[in-house]
Amino acid sequence: MIDTTINFALLLFLAATAFSILRRTTLFSVVMLSGVFSFVSATLLVHLDAVDVAFTEAAVGAGISTVLMLSTLALTARHEAPSSRSRALPLIVVFLTGLALIYGTLDMPRFGDPSAPVHTHVAPRYITATATEIGIPNIVTAVLASYRGFDTLGETTVIFTAGIGVLLLLAGTIREPTGLRITAMDHHLVLRVVTKVLIGPILLFALYVQFHGDYGPGGGFQAGVIFAAAFIIYALVFGLEAARRAVPGRAVRWILAAGVLLYGGVGVVSFFFGKNYLDYSALGATATAGQHLGILLVEFGVGMTVSAVMVSTYYAFAGQNRPIGDEEW
Amino acid sequence: MSLGDVLGLFNYWMVIVLMMTGLYIVVSRGNLVKKIVGLNIFQTSVFLLYISMGKVSGGTAPILTGKPEVYSNPLPHVLILTAIVVGVAMTALGLALVVRIKNAYGSIEEDEIQKMDLAAESEAEPTGHQR
Repeated sequence: MIDTTINFALLLFLAATAFSILRRTTLFSVVMLSGVFSFVSATLLVHLDAVDVAFTEAAVGAGISTVLMLSTLALTARHEAPSSRSRALPLIVVFLTGLALIYGTLDMPRFGDPSAPVHTHVAPRYITATATEIGIPNIVTAVLASYRGFDTLGETTVIFTAGIGVLLLLAGTIREPTGLRITAMDHHLVLRVVTKVLIGPILLFALYVQFHGDYGPGGGFQAGVIFAAAFIIYALVFGLEAARRAVPGRAVRWILAAGVLLYGGVGVVSFFFGKNYLDYSALGATATAGQHLGILLVEFGVGMTVSAVMVSTYYAFAGQNRPIGDEEW
Repeated sequence: MSLGDVLGLFNYWMVIVLMMTGLYIVVSRGNLVKKIVGLNIFQTSVFLLYISMGKVSGGTAPILTGKPEVYSNPLPHVLILTAIVVGVAMTALGLALVVRIKNAYGSIEEDEIQKMDLAAESEAEPTGHQR
């Protein structure tokens, strides 16, 4: 009963946030509400047992996305112009599509039904075989990095490509820093001190998430985002130049490519032991030891690429001509 | 339709409400940043659809504890976990395009951009330039 109530309350809260986003015209509040939306959906994901997913959503949606959108606002506009276009046609289209989709749900298995088709296909095998075949407790990591390692390699490549795309789009427009450049939050003593205290624990936590992903919620995707968050917060408070001195853009671009290379390389190594691509069982003395090593390596590759994409994207946005002044927020 | 059906389908219906809100924002609003926020809402609703389908009543997070337990389906979790990070990479790409559009047109309102495009076209026509 209490489960259902929490579920419904969170869903209604999400809908309220979405409607509120629809109605706002101040883009700053739109972006902030979209952060709230992500955070509430992360809470709902925990409630639906998807702890790994919730972890990612909280770090990505409420963290990195919001920072990137705010950087865009600083470079573009603060307000949405009133539109003259008709609202009737989109409303009708959306309403009819919604009705059709709701009609489609009537045949769907009910929420939480253990005999639903989705639970009878490959999932039972993953759940029962992970302990003996892969030998790690977190089934999500086992499926992500080993059973469906090919998928994840593809997704890492997509992230890599998107990162390259952002760099291509924005790198050409970076202006030389002028003498007038305001470092973001120079006179906020409290922020500077708190940031310095926080960065160490954030990095340590990212490493824990990275290497403990086999045993609990976590893994390369989450760790990469958290790792990047530490550098982004440093760049936000101490200015882009300081962050570039700590981690130069060139180094980030190397890590960006090295992560995908490491992932793909682990697959090639299994060739030399006469196994299939990304079959890690050849890497260790026993099959499970090999799986363990393989998963650790590919997750590390994922973490490298993801964090490098996030950091270089932030560098590209923050390196645009107009630095964000204090008084403007 | 019984109360059980309504309770059993409520998650999917709310997902559809969120999805349509996102779609409506994308279609009806001209501001490019707002369109991207709308796309994000749409995308999150798809995530929730997958995860809702993976939930098993009385189940727990799919991390083996050594005791016999009911686990929720780990497969949707894997698919959506990677989709979220791919999603943010795509959002970044979209925002980068918005920044470039702002540099090129001086505006991020679709209506104004279209007006400028049309004006540029009608200017180019009398001189007989091929587009």
